[in-house]
Amino acid sequence: MSSNVIDLLFIFMLACFIGFEVIRHVSPLLHTPLMSLTNALDAIAVVGAIVLVGERKSTFATVLGVIAIVAATSNVVGGFFITDRMLKMFKSSRPTKP
Amino acid sequence: MNEFAGSQYVIEVIYLVASALFIFSLKWMSSPATARHGIWAGEIGMVLAIAGTLLHRGIVDWKWIAVGLVLGSGIGIPLGMVQMTAVPQRTALSHAFGALCVTLVGTAEFYLRTPDVPKFMMSVLSAEVILGGLTFTGSLMAAGKLQEILPQRPITYKGQNLVNFLLFAAAVGSAVYLVLHPEAKQFFPLIVGISLIFGVLLVIPIGGADMPTVISLLNGYAGLSAAAMGFVLNNKLLIIAGALDGSSGLILSVIMSKAMNRSFTNVLFGAFGQVQVSAAGGQEAKPVRSATAEEAAAILSAANKVVIVPGYGMAVAQAQHKVRELYDILSKKGVEVRFAIHPVAGRMPGHMNVLLAEADIPYDRLIEMDEINGDFPQTDVALVIGANDVTNPAARNDASSPIYGMPILDVDKAHTVMVIKRGMSPGFAGIDNPLYYLDNNLMLFGDAKQFVGAIVRELSGGH
Repeated sequence: MSSNVIDLLFIFMLACFIGFEVIRHVSPLLHTPLMSLTNALDAIAVVGAIVLVGERKSTFATVLGVIAIVAATSNVVGGFFITDRMLKMFKSSRPTKP
Repeated sequence: MNEFAGSQYVIEVIYLVASALFIFSLKWMSSPATARHGIWAGEIGMVLAIAGTLLHRGIVDWKWIAVGLVLGSGIGIPLGMVQMTAVPQRTALSHAFGALCVTLVGTAEFYLRTPDVPKFMMSVLSAEVILGGLTFTGSLMAAGKLQEILPQRPITYKGQNLVNFLLFAAAVGSAVYLVLHPEAKQFFPLIVGISLIFGVLLVIPIGGADMPTVISLLNGYAGLSAAAMGFVLNNKLLIIAGALDGSSGLILSVIMSKAMNRSFTNVLFGAFGQVQVSAAGGQEAKPVRSATAEEAAAILSAANKVVIVPGYGMAVAQAQHKVRELYDILSKKGVEVRFAIHPVAGRMPGHMNVLLAEADIPYDRLIEMDEINGDFPQTDVALVIGANDVTNPAARNDASSPIYGMPILDVDKAHTVMVIKRGMSPGFAGIDNPLYYLDNNLMLFGDAKQFVGAIVRELSGGH
């Protein structure tokens, strides 16, 4: 099921446009959690490392792959955790107590 | 054979669902009300994608995958528990990890496939490791500067822009050569090595105040390198996630640059932030009016509208919780208190907002610069805590100032301005601030946490 390069380029282009549109509407209030969230999503790169390690094609690849999995998983777990912590802190105005 | 084809199809469908979930995840970040759904969507998408990948027909052994996942979680959890003041360096570190993953996978893939690497694949593979390598070391440098392990002031040397340019050209040149001559695999370590060095040299000359732009840029590069990896591995999910992350980083960089009124090239190559000794000299003699906590408290309680302008200095002094107490006690007295947030306040985009949210200050009180700037003339008191350059009127009035043109908060237009500062030393721009000598300004000398605490005590002392 290998797609040809042009298909991938189309997808990349469309994803960039979607990215611009979606991110534009993120409130500046949330720019910090946005960055930690996009970083956690980026760690999807772990799937490439997983295949690399799972296939066991060479020791070199396996070693690099395991380090890559560790680095990416740290981002996934830590990234979602800290983004959630940050978002929990944002509260709206409570009515001022007399 | 049928079941293998089937499982590949299943994986593709799972990736499709995960992609949609990732897009929703970012879309829901548009407001604090929906943002937490965004996290769920992202987490589910991530778990699905990882689980789906484990179905991959080429995988023969799960042991090392499990080891990696467990170790990674073990590192990730403590990193997720850092204080809000440490979020910029943690973010930079996570960019480094992400780039490390991409670079390592790219390297491994190269050595597995060489010398049968088609031209397009070699090109994207090179892009992947060049971007990945420079983002890895560049982000480590940024994290070091933010954690103050490395000096915050820019480290520059003559001809450095030329050196950087040559290095980058060498990396790209080697990559082009490798694309055309796939058997020349000794060039590959050269490409990776140069990129690693380039990352260090790129970030070293950048000063602390420019970190928000740099972190955003590195965020973008990390995303683009992941997208490149997607092209190499023929993985649409990676391409989409990388494109989303890349555009996010780039948009934030543009916002940050505009907020400092400087172009990217200026941030990357301009080594802004060196202390300009000539400007500071000779200003010592000018008098400033100062006030005590008692006087400040009196002025504040007599006001109707107060705007607090927080800066990074407030975070450094860990004063945000005292500021929240001030907010509470003034609000109880019927004073309208709002916070003016400059886009580059803090060390990364939106940093000030999370610091104040952590202190339990309601987010609807945090107003962006563009929205609140017009209100300063009707504001009775502007209280500046730990911010300097973003309140400097020279950016508006003085065409010879290095910060001229930078959007600032017009605190000088308020009826009264009070600035909490430890001394008269210049901020990161290294220049003096004419605000301090204005008639309507009062300096409140002291540590932010202690001074605000003293004001709160005065206010609750029964006035």
